[in-house]
Amino acid sequence: MAKRPAGTLYRGKIGMWSWVLHRITGVGIYFFLLVHILDTALVRVSPEAYNSVMHVYKTPIVGVAEIGLVGAILFHGFNGIRVVLIDYWRKGSKYQNQMFWVVLAIFVILMAAWIPRQLMHTFGE
Amino acid sequence: MSVVIEQPNQPRSRKSAQWEKRAWVFMRVSGLLLIFLILGHLMVNLVLPERGVKSIDFAFVAGKWASPFWQVYDGIMLWLALIHGTNGMRTLVNDYSEREWVRKTLNVSLWVVATALIILGTLVITTFDPCIDPDVETYLPNVCKP
Repeated sequence: MAKRPAGTLYRGKIGMWSWVLHRITGVGIYFFLLVHILDTALVRVSPEAYNSVMHVYKTPIVGVAEIGLVGAILFHGFNGIRVVLIDYWRKGSKYQNQMFWVVLAIFVILMAAWIPRQLMHTFGE
Repeated sequence: MSVVIEQPNQPRSRKSAQWEKRAWVFMRVSGLLLIFLILGHLMVNLVLPERGVKSIDFAFVAGKWASPFWQVYDGIMLWLALIHGTNGMRTLVNDYSEREWVRKTLNVSLWVVATALIILGTLVITTFDPCIDPDVETYLPNVCKP
């Protein structure tokens, strides 16, 4: 059997999987954006309409789902910087692997700071 | 008709090549700006308020949009995020749709939705009245209180 190519920039291993994750998180954020523009537009309908839709955001299910949303945004954003560096920095493609681990480290640190705060707000009081 | 995949070395018309390059550059420039805009948005709305997401109600939004700073901030974020997101979805549609009419229909729908939401969002931000209901105290941000 032919040896499978692996470890190149976009085929196999980290290069490919970060690309897949970038796409999945992007699609998720896109559909949330559509919903979020519509729910915010309710401020122009009436204060009651807006407050009632905001009530949904304060429920435990949406509060926990929001952790996923923020996670998707953080990964997509910081991996996006990695993509820009791969494109524009002379040594970008050489260090794309290491840059992925930096992205992941930033992601873990920010999530560790954000998750307890969001859980406190969602389940507190 | 199925989607025809172009030969990589097939010359494009100058106009379409330039358009694609501009879209490519736009994704990177808007992406970098959106990191700052969205992280700022999350900080101000979800992290910094004492009760987090539970602080957000009509008065909270009205208090922000009583200031031109937040109107411009949210306006720029609206335009950049929607165009960035729509162009990203266009990339996926072009990659994964197998029939030409499906691809065309999805792409047209994407831009119709984006245009409608940009118009809606811009109108909401620019025509918004923060002091809409002076009789109900809880709806009023501090700027509207006598």
